[in-house]
Amino acid sequence: MCLALPAKIISMDETSDTAMVALGEVNVEVSLALVEDVQIDDFVLVHVGYALNKISQEEADETLRLFAEAGLTGEADS
Amino acid sequence: MKYIEDFRDPQLAQKLATAIKNEVEPDRQYNLMEFCGGHTHAIFRYGIQDLLPGNIKFIHGPGCPVCVLPTGRIDSAIQLLQAEDIILCTYGDLMRVPASNRKSLMKVKAEGADVRMVFSTMDALKIARENPEREVVFFAIGFETTTPPTAVAIKTAQADNLNNFTVFCNHVLTPAAIQNILESPEVREIGSVSIDGFFCLSHVSSIIGSQLYEFFAEEYQKPVVIAGFEPLDVMQSALMLVRQINEGRHEVENEYRRVVSRNGNLKAQQLVASVMELRRNFE
Repeated sequence: MCLALPAKIISMDETSDTAMVALGEVNVEVSLALVEDVQIDDFVLVHVGYALNKISQEEADETLRLFAEAGLTGEADS
Repeated sequence: MKYIEDFRDPQLAQKLATAIKNEVEPDRQYNLMEFCGGHTHAIFRYGIQDLLPGNIKFIHGPGCPVCVLPTGRIDSAIQLLQAEDIILCTYGDLMRVPASNRKSLMKVKAEGADVRMVFSTMDALKIARENPEREVVFFAIGFETTTPPTAVAIKTAQADNLNNFTVFCNHVLTPAAIQNILESPEVREIGSVSIDGFFCLSHVSSIIGSQLYEFFAEEYQKPVVIAGFEPLDVMQSALMLVRQINEGRHEVENEYRRVVSRNGNLKAQQLVASVMELRRNFE
């Protein structure tokens, strides 16, 4: 029920407050009624036809860096 | 897909597993509860339990709003379908959920009731526009992720003078559900279910923000980590919980920073507040 997928905005329609997003290979229309300050090429989290939030590339990179860091400790200790 | 594959990398998973193995204290038991079925799904689908040491145990929480929906609410929808000539729209999740007398929305649809499965509240509005002579009822369910889309639908229907659209509102709040679990005798009383830390919800938190959990960490003196739904997110969050438990800390930490902020989605919160009122009890 609460599953949501990251999708990339490929075009926006200001009149209807909607966007076409690419969910992998598939393009779907989503509402932008719940988000602010998004633009083309941004990634948003899509849930029940709505963009819920913008995804932060910086934070994603930081989280991946943390995984790798934990991995390093893991390797060093094992 | 971006933001998905990176968070499922098997090599990184092995490294995280080693890191967790190195950090758990062998004599200690780590009982970690995930509230959300999304995490349970990741744990089983990717075999995360098997990657972790035996003294880390996942305790599966309440799951999802569909699982906790009282049967009476589906009975009410079925009665409505039988009494009035309505079109009932709802998310697919609800279709097979059993109602009383072995009924379900799927079964009454097969018997001729006009039940339409929708992907979005926008689809329900479209059905209302296309059927101006009939009443269209949206059976709204879900936690804080599906509530804002319902609020948008109500606002849109009002703005467009769509007078044949109504909402049967069954939205529930997660903090209340979590509190119910924490207050249950099984958890509160020593010796039955002991929980050492919590994985908190990914997408609900993107709306409500991480600060709402600060109360839980403080009140129940348990560590909380807001965790993403991908397998590496769950493993990293498990590591963060293990560290908090080892160090005797009980804080709210946010592993899912790429989506969840401290304050959440203020626009969505305001929309909900402008359309809905909080009811203290559900049943």
